[in-house]
Amino acid sequence: MQDLQNSDCIVIQGSNMAECHPVGFQWVMEAKKRGARIIHIDPRFTRTSALADHYVPLRAGSDIAFLGGIVNYILSNEKYFHEYVLAYTNAATLLREDFVDVDDLDGVFSGYDPETGMYDTSTWTYAGQDDVPAPGSRTEPSEPDAESPGGSRADNAGAGGTGEESEVSQSERGGGHELGGHGAKLKHAEVQRDETLQHPRSVFQVLKRHYARYTPELVEQICGVSPEDFLKVCEAVTENSGRERTTAWVYSVGWTHHTVGVQYIRGSAIIQLLLGNMGRPGGGIMALRGHASIQGSTDIPTLFNLLPGYLPMPKVGEHDDLASYLDTIRSPGQKGFWAEAESYTVSLFKAYWGNAATPENEFAFHYLPKLTGDHGTYQTVMDMLEDKVEGYFLLGQNPAVGSAHGRMQRLAMARLKWLVVRDLNLIESATFWKDGPEIETGELKTEDIDTEVFFFPAASHAEKDGTFTQTQRMLQWHHKAVAPPGDCRSELHFFFHLGRKIRERLAASTEQRDRPILDLTWDYPLDAEGDPSADAVLREINGSHLTGEKAGQLLNSYTEMKPDGSTSGGCWIYSGVYADGVNQSARRKPGREQSWVAPEWGWAWPGNRRTLYNRAAADPDGKPWSERKAYVWWDPEQQVWTGHDVPDFPADRAPSYRPEPGTPGVAGLAGDDAFIMQSDGKAWLYAPEGLLDGPLPTHYEPAESPVRNPMYRQQASPTRQVYPRPDNLQNPSPPEEPAEVFPYLFTTYRLTEHHTAGGMSRWVPYLSELQPEFFCEVSPELARERGLAHLGWATIVTARTAIEARVLVTERVTPLLINGKQLHQIGLPYHWGVGSSALVTGDSANDLFGVTLDPNVHIQESKVASCDIQPGRRPTGPALLRFVADYHGRAGISTETGNTLRTPVATGAAGSGSPAGSTPAESSPVESSPVESQED
Amino acid sequence: MSQHQAELRAEGRADQPVQSQDGMRDRRRRLGKRRRDEHQMVPDAVFTSYYGRPVVKASPWEADIPAYLFLGGLAAGSSLLGAGAGLTGRPVLRRAGRISALTAISVSFAALVHDLGRPSRFVNMLRVAKPTSPMSVGTWILTVYGPLAGVAGAAELLAPFAGRLPRSLRMPVQLLGRLAGPAGVGSAVVAPAVASYTAVLLTHTSTPTWSAARKHLPFVFVGSAAAASGGLGMLLAPVSEAGPARRLALGGALLELGVEHSMEASMGITAEPLHQGAGGTLMRASKILTVLGAVGSLFGGRNRVAAGLSGACLVAGSACTRFGVFEAGQASARDPKYTVVPQRQRIERGESAGA
Amino acid sequence: MPSLSGPLHDPAADAGWQNPPPRKGFFTDTSVCIGCKACEVACKEWNGVPDDGFNLLGSSYDNTGSLSASTWRHVAFIEQPAKPASSTVSLGMPSTVKPGEAMNPESAVDFRWLMSSDVCKHCTHAGCLDVCPTGSLFRTEFGTVVVQEDICNGCGYCVPACPFGVIDRRVGEQGQKNVGIAQKCTLCYDRLGAGKTPACAQACPTESIQFGDLDELRERAAARVEALHAQGVESARLYGDSPDDGVGGAGAFFLLLDQPEVYGLPPDPVVPTRDLPQMWRHAALAAAGLLAGAVAAFLGGRG
Repeated sequence: MQDLQNSDCIVIQGSNMAECHPVGFQWVMEAKKRGARIIHIDPRFTRTSALADHYVPLRAGSDIAFLGGIVNYILSNEKYFHEYVLAYTNAATLLREDFVDVDDLDGVFSGYDPETGMYDTSTWTYAGQDDVPAPGSRTEPSEPDAESPGGSRADNAGAGGTGEESEVSQSERGGGHELGGHGAKLKHAEVQRDETLQHPRSVFQVLKRHYARYTPELVEQICGVSPEDFLKVCEAVTENSGRERTTAWVYSVGWTHHTVGVQYIRGSAIIQLLLGNMGRPGGGIMALRGHASIQGSTDIPTLFNLLPGYLPMPKVGEHDDLASYLDTIRSPGQKGFWAEAESYTVSLFKAYWGNAATPENEFAFHYLPKLTGDHGTYQTVMDMLEDKVEGYFLLGQNPAVGSAHGRMQRLAMARLKWLVVRDLNLIESATFWKDGPEIETGELKTEDIDTEVFFFPAASHAEKDGTFTQTQRMLQWHHKAVAPPGDCRSELHFFFHLGRKIRERLAASTEQRDRPILDLTWDYPLDAEGDPSADAVLREINGSHLTGEKAGQLLNSYTEMKPDGSTSGGCWIYSGVYADGVNQSARRKPGREQSWVAPEWGWAWPGNRRTLYNRAAADPDGKPWSERKAYVWWDPEQQVWTGHDVPDFPADRAPSYRPEPGTPGVAGLAGDDAFIMQSDGKAWLYAPEGLLDGPLPTHYEPAESPVRNPMYRQQASPTRQVYPRPDNLQNPSPPEEPAEVFPYLFTTYRLTEHHTAGGMSRWVPYLSELQPEFFCEVSPELARERGLAHLGWATIVTARTAIEARVLVTERVTPLLINGKQLHQIGLPYHWGVGSSALVTGDSANDLFGVTLDPNVHIQESKVASCDIQPGRRPTGPALLRFVADYHGRAGISTETGNTLRTPVATGAAGSGSPAGSTPAESSPVESSPVESQED
Repeated sequence: MSQHQAELRAEGRADQPVQSQDGMRDRRRRLGKRRRDEHQMVPDAVFTSYYGRPVVKASPWEADIPAYLFLGGLAAGSSLLGAGAGLTGRPVLRRAGRISALTAISVSFAALVHDLGRPSRFVNMLRVAKPTSPMSVGTWILTVYGPLAGVAGAAELLAPFAGRLPRSLRMPVQLLGRLAGPAGVGSAVVAPAVASYTAVLLTHTSTPTWSAARKHLPFVFVGSAAAASGGLGMLLAPVSEAGPARRLALGGALLELGVEHSMEASMGITAEPLHQGAGGTLMRASKILTVLGAVGSLFGGRNRVAAGLSGACLVAGSACTRFGVFEAGQASARDPKYTVVPQRQRIERGESAGA
Repeated sequence: MPSLSGPLHDPAADAGWQNPPPRKGFFTDTSVCIGCKACEVACKEWNGVPDDGFNLLGSSYDNTGSLSASTWRHVAFIEQPAKPASSTVSLGMPSTVKPGEAMNPESAVDFRWLMSSDVCKHCTHAGCLDVCPTGSLFRTEFGTVVVQEDICNGCGYCVPACPFGVIDRRVGEQGQKNVGIAQKCTLCYDRLGAGKTPACAQACPTESIQFGDLDELRERAAARVEALHAQGVESARLYGDSPDDGVGGAGAFFLLLDQPEVYGLPPDPVVPTRDLPQMWRHAALAAAGLLAGAVAAFLGGRG
């Protein structure tokens, strides 16, 4: 985070950093003081925009087009960092012949199955993935032009990229979907490269063709951004990238909460790789996490499909024994750190089950529950509605207010037998049964709800020991300052004693199914109040030697983990947080007493590295790209990598090192494989594997949008997860008619003054008085169009429900010209909820959203949807239901509406009036392409 | 620019609709009211403000304070009349003056204490003597004046019962009687200060209309005090004795009317509140009553009824002056215009305090 | 008798402190304020100030309205369509651009959102202190102005005396904390005594609120203005930093990006005490007049 101070240009997009991350924003201000250019790209003029040098308003849900325009600008004006791109990315790698891009298939990539709404991704991969080479054979590029000077140059510059075998990506994708932490796996890395980047099937050329359509004019048409403003951004980022300068990109949930959120981030990754900004000081892509320790809750996950350290959760059928499980993480003989996955897994099991985990019983692998399918939060909620779920734990979460489709959340919780809520205050999720909106509408009657709600007051972070893992993978220890008041207890206290009581109940059991619980290591030292020692937990996570002369000593690094059960460790990537027997996360050496990298403040995984892939901060020969941007470099005298940060590379691996082909493990990394966790050692401009919705980002409209996708027939993402149910109706979007019933876009967001669903702020007078009421922000133009009065009331309507908000008319919201038509956007902070316990209450913006998810990570699209807005307060009681039903009628909404994945061929009716009617895609002969015929 | 855009401009009147739409705080209701006024008045006063909110704060004082100012003046003048009458052998006027002074100062003192946020802590005013604090100075003036006026007044009150008092009380009452004369004269010597310091109490503030009146207000107040006490003398004393009261009243009325006129002329935009709203109404009433009273005492002064009526008018007029000036000041503090415009003009004239 | 107006290097010494520590103050640089209001919250947390009511005011994101007895730090929000500099002060075209905007004057939105954290100015010549009849308001050894809650009798005189409209008498039900008593920023007198930074400055994430020795802060501020002018932010100017102004210079001064009244600040504040001698002279004259008039009334003619 503090590395932002080294940026020459900071682009903040999909994030309101100043309001939602004010403390981190100090580094942006520091960069600005040093003369950096600050650019903010957002649907609203926020407190971040106010401090930026340049603010660009764009339409919510159109970022892929904007980013695509920048990629096109970089490629067509040859602004890319050629040496970096050639050496460290897969630009030179060749793709298969049968990969077909979206433009030729009217909006879908090759391999799309309209029945399942999923891709067969086999055509996306690299050329030569089908033919398994003889072991150890060094691959010669099969293309004749590889013999060209470009090809021979490969041997000194990029050869490290060839002849390598697959290794597993450590992968941000660990954030959620079934591929989980083991990420994308090439069958092998016998990649074919064209060092001239001229081959028509080279990633570089595919990229050029793919992005050629993203002209400033298209950007204007889709995003509503004028070519002047757009080019200003292009010039700023390109002028501030290269050897001497670096640009950073900052995003947060403004990018992730979309049906194509993963592709948003891929878009910026492509830009930052082309400009050579990854792994370098003042560069990179800064993902600002939603709040404290959300990073920690993916590292040691609260996700159903991951184990600590991004190890995947085993699945029924696929993973009946440890070997088959490990094989899906790493293939035999692969290199890189994932090759040691068995050590990490076994150490984890030893931490779980101690002596009960033995080589004989596969270290108790069979104790692990196995996945039977999607158990994501929204699927679970729908299962509740089908009475498939009896009990529910809510820990610091307020889904009645904070989750999309609040009504579905509340109706589902009303079907539970029991509900445990642990929070600082009596949040709406704990009181919906007596004062929720559905009680008012009559959909729920308190006396009919059988849910037994147990409320446990929670200790705040100041009332317990523990760590936060922040946005930058840094663990910071916090000490208990005061004892929690009254019955408030820490999560650790709650779960330890819950486990203890369950184990006591089961103590006499002889059932095999109870062994996983009875054999758990559940022996943490307790303090006087019966609070388990958080320090002991951190030591267990760090891991220790169990046998040998080091027995009992703590591990210094995950590299010490063994697959034979002689080590334990609760989360391999955290191993080292207790290096040398010192709680490294508790270090608080002031910044002024150390280098700006501040390696002695807290501890960052892996191995206290502050910037990942920092090998790329040096050129292929190991010299800094420039003195100004020197960060990590090769010291020829000492024969070691050194620099300001911990090198993210084997310390003694010379830049010139080339491994024997097929060398397994870490030893297999070549001296210039900067991206050491990637399957082919290269950063992926094009993702041959791993993504479910396409190897390249391409613009799709949000699931609900009043705007017709001008690029091709396909309107929204063809692989988005839809739930066509009567309780999850969608607004019609073009070409569906009549989309004009919901003519506006709305987006939701947070304010500095409140915290997410308000559980920590709406009970605090000092915060509540600063933003006391739920409001909607509208432009003066929209206010005029709909007769909305400043400080008056407005009713906002979607197919789900209608909510009311006070009106703030402000020029910070500007209507945009989309396809020559004025489009209005409405801003809604989502902090308020309907209840009786908080100091300030109000309708919840999240009640407006339906459930439509990104296929990769199951995240809901909650940053953009269409709506209508009317002056005045909403109807109350049953009248509200009739009011919404009337909209259903007028918009002809059925469960199919908005839930058809593959946009049908435009009929005259649908096509007419919709801008797509005139796009080449519509008139092109692709209707007769083989893929089309498969569909029909 | 649209209505809503206008609402959000940080321009003086442009953002007034924002103010008037929100009745949730009295401050804001006041602003709403003030806005309507403003539209009637100077529609061309262009100035910038923060959502039309006040720059300086209006005093938290209520009716107690103008009542205190008025009664203080009334007491002061009455003491002078009482003392003069004593020295010139006008028993009824003397008695009236002394008793009026005692009554007025007692009520005025009560009003002052009642206005405090913590009345129990009135004595804290006696911790210090601060020449920079008119309220401190006034407290000490009252501490000297109060007992003197009290002795004189008490003597007059007890005199009628002198014969019927029990033996034990005769001595002190006789003593009181003997002290009454000197005490009355003493109170008369301090009295003028009581009448005039209250002007400084108001002008030594950042309240635009009060501050701008600093050169004239003391004269307006003593004039008003003279008129009120003279009027009261005319009301209470027979015409045979009321000559000095008449002359004092007349002189006071003329002084007040004259100085008030030149004061407003010297105040520029900050004189507006003296013409508008509650303050304006009171000031108009004050002028009318004072003129009536003056004319009446000039021509009907020797007619008991006319003299009484004229006296009443002058007393009422004086009260209106104090309440009028008070209300006008409060209004001037609530409207940023009266703070910003004069200061801007000062800067433009190159007379800014910083320059 | 302490000096009543004009420059005064050491108000603490002027108030009778024997060799006091250097004068402390705030420099609030509004050009880096992100409007997070952490200062408002930290102030209330530390000083135990009650909330000021839960009212949506519709003035941008400002819902506390102004400084008051229960709001000692107040963040102003000004949504401002870029407009030519006011005629009163000719700043030239650059004043129409957003902070740092000069590099690309033709921005997508010709609009700016100003934020500024206001606070008690701790004047060199403090109107509130001068008029206080109980001595409750006093000058600390740090040169700041503080109310002694146990002495204030709530006369309310300090309220209209302040040229900035800062101090106010707390309203509320009797019995609640300090109701009826004048309240305002103490510059965290208790924290200063312990050598700590005031709560608001401690909480400010962008160093918009800077605390320190006033002399040093003034130098820092001058340098900052120069830097901003060099960046093309011609609208940057200091407010309250000059010892020659009407209050003898403020202990808490500001870097503003527009005219003071835009932020609700008086453009040319003057401590009322500056004219006090004149006022006393007029009052004495008037009093003498009354005495003379009364004498004349008795001497003049019979009847």
